[in-house]
Amino acid sequence: MSLEIVWFWLIAVLWAGYFLLEGFDFGVGMLLPALPRSERERSTMFESIGPVWDGNEVWLVVAAGATFAAFPAWYATMFSGFYLALLLILVCLIVRVVSFEWREKSDSRRWRAVWQWANTVGSFGAPFLWGIALTNLLHGVPLNSSHGFSGSFTDLFSGYTVLGGMATVFVFAFHGATYLAIRTGGDLGARAGATARRLSAPAILVAVGFLAWTVVAAHQRNSRGILPTAIPAALAAAALLLAAAFAIARRDGWAFAMTGLGAIGIVATIFTGLYPRVLVSNPVFANSLTLSNAASGHYALKVITIVAAIFTPLVVLYQGWTYYVFRRRLGGEPVVMPAARSRT
Amino acid sequence: MAALASTTVDLARAQFATTSIYHFLFVPLTLGLAPLVATMQTIWHRKHDDAWLRLTRFFGALLLINFAIGVATGLVQEFQFGMNWSVYSNFVGGVFGAPLATEGLAAFMLEATFLGLWIFGWNRLPPRVHLATIWLAAAGTWLSAYFILVANSWMQHPVGYKLMQGKAQLTNVGDLLSNEFALIAYLHTILAGLVFGSIVMLGISCWHLLRGRNIELFRRAAKLALVVSVPATLIQLSVGNRFGEAVTSQQSMKIAASEAQWNTCQPCGFSLFQIGGFSPQHPSPSFSITIPRVLSWMGTGSFSGKIQGLNQLQSQEQKQYGAGNYMPDVRLMYWSMRVMAMLGVLMFVVAAVGAWLYRKRRLEKARWFLWAAMVTVAAPYVAASFGWILTEMGRQPWIVQGLLKTSQAVSPSTSTATVATSLGVFVLLYLALGVVDFVLMRRYARVDPPHVGPETAAPASEPALTY
Repeated sequence: MSLEIVWFWLIAVLWAGYFLLEGFDFGVGMLLPALPRSERERSTMFESIGPVWDGNEVWLVVAAGATFAAFPAWYATMFSGFYLALLLILVCLIVRVVSFEWREKSDSRRWRAVWQWANTVGSFGAPFLWGIALTNLLHGVPLNSSHGFSGSFTDLFSGYTVLGGMATVFVFAFHGATYLAIRTGGDLGARAGATARRLSAPAILVAVGFLAWTVVAAHQRNSRGILPTAIPAALAAAALLLAAAFAIARRDGWAFAMTGLGAIGIVATIFTGLYPRVLVSNPVFANSLTLSNAASGHYALKVITIVAAIFTPLVVLYQGWTYYVFRRRLGGEPVVMPAARSRT
Repeated sequence: MAALASTTVDLARAQFATTSIYHFLFVPLTLGLAPLVATMQTIWHRKHDDAWLRLTRFFGALLLINFAIGVATGLVQEFQFGMNWSVYSNFVGGVFGAPLATEGLAAFMLEATFLGLWIFGWNRLPPRVHLATIWLAAAGTWLSAYFILVANSWMQHPVGYKLMQGKAQLTNVGDLLSNEFALIAYLHTILAGLVFGSIVMLGISCWHLLRGRNIELFRRAAKLALVVSVPATLIQLSVGNRFGEAVTSQQSMKIAASEAQWNTCQPCGFSLFQIGGFSPQHPSPSFSITIPRVLSWMGTGSFSGKIQGLNQLQSQEQKQYGAGNYMPDVRLMYWSMRVMAMLGVLMFVVAAVGAWLYRKRRLEKARWFLWAAMVTVAAPYVAASFGWILTEMGRQPWIVQGLLKTSQAVSPSTSTATVATSLGVFVLLYLALGVVDFVLMRRYARVDPPHVGPETAAPASEPALTY
């Protein structure tokens, strides 16, 4: 397998990691206006993702950096072509990042409401726009003969790509609810479970519609066979159905694992449909960016492959350990830490 | 059309300058404050003295307010290469992308994950492990700076690459990572971080000493700040000088511009201050104070060294690269260099005087000094901003020295209106963030450090003063 192919799938893995991890913290942000019944519960929701959201977001930073390093032409055309969408994503992410740190810096109600809403708006906006951006890779945008973007902002919006944005939002909301069901206790945790059950039907409906359309789009726009894309699509749909079943059966841990698989499945379906191109050109299909015409030289790919082989397992290990450290449920009975455990 | 294209370039440059300088107001404080907070926590861990825990918490809160905005604005940096500079991105990605991707995976992951563990891990982790998390987060920030500077230094002095089909491709990663430019720029930046951290810490401590509360506590903080700032500012002066030598040999035009040296000289005097002499029509200043031979020494390490002049370099580069103006903005370069260097000297003087007063046990009584130290907090911010102006504008008209011109590097698909919108959005957003950040930093720099007893050492759900 050539290194271009390795890096195409590695970038898919980075996006999958981003969807799996930041997916639930976006979901928690979306549920902030609806779920909590008190300021204390709201703080508990913030605390449930407080230690991990930043590490989760770095998966995006690495995905973008890896695209730059492995496929400069892909990075250049995608980022300049999707300009205004990315600008909006940046605004969403920036206000969301600061909301985590700044919200708790004052007890004023209004102050806290401002940053809670900043978080919520960012948590809806960024996934919606990422859904649109990633589906556009497959749906195709106008590219010229030197593979540069020759369309406009409105070219990014079509029935399929907007459905892609909605599917991402719904699946993340569902994923966030199952996360809260295992991370928070008491009444809040119970309500999170109920929200997960309520969200499951619309999330499945939108996601299955989107996955089916992706199979069709890959066939029509990228001349892919039906079967390769249908397999991850079916698995993603099955994972979401199982997530609903587990949520109804109150098997919260399994429900969370399945919404996570659903989020990964969306990325897997898009990237399978995209292969062996990285950015489809439409209407002139011949101008598409492919693995070979977008890739860096072999030597650079070899270098970053070694870097990835060393550091990716390390990252998975220490981030996994972080989740282990913060496994305790929050917000049931107030947790009083024994003083003896802290240095005195 | 050409005029329109040049407006797009100007706007894209304005955006890059604004967002980079802004980003770098927060980054160096993180670089310096992270190891300082880690040091305070280590002292607490060793001495079991709660004063150091209180200081850890106090400066930790400032570190986190500052860190958040650094993270938020860092995303913009990574995205705007592709958004505004797609030709550049496509051209350099095969070299520049590798350190950038490595920064994310090897450094930023470490920093973000372990800072999260540190913030929320106070009572969940054993003290020794918790202490390790802040050191790992600090290590992440230092590692991150290295990879970013490897990437930037390649634009200043491209090494370890070959041009293939009109694109730069990496051929030797060892050369890339050990680029002389990158190593010295890294040292310069890390020292800048330590100067930031210690000067800010000193200024805040002096504010509290002036107010006369928590004197015992802030005398300790001031001592730690002085222990770091005296050597850091002193070494920085010599590293800055050494950086100048590297620039002289690799980017002669940058150094000639920053010295307003129109004609080749040997030996060359260093102009401390001058009026006029910044345009090729009027190359002689109407007034100047010059120290003989010092520029030769600064640029080459020898008092009789030769520095090439702007005019000679201009005709050389025209021969090499074709017609065009290869001179950066001389007046801006000259003053950027001087503001940065003079503030560097000022910070050293403040630190040295502070250390002397501390030894004489007169620090908290010398009100004039406490005031001076507070005002000096602005100095690292101004110095660092001018440092980047010098580095980036001094490379113009090149975006990658000798390989690609800035004017040819913008995204062809991006309209002037789009870049203008984006610039406007970032300016407004960053202004708002800046105001909030300033208010928060001010408030949290002025509170009494939280008391930590056996009961209150566990702040998990207490709102205001915890992380």
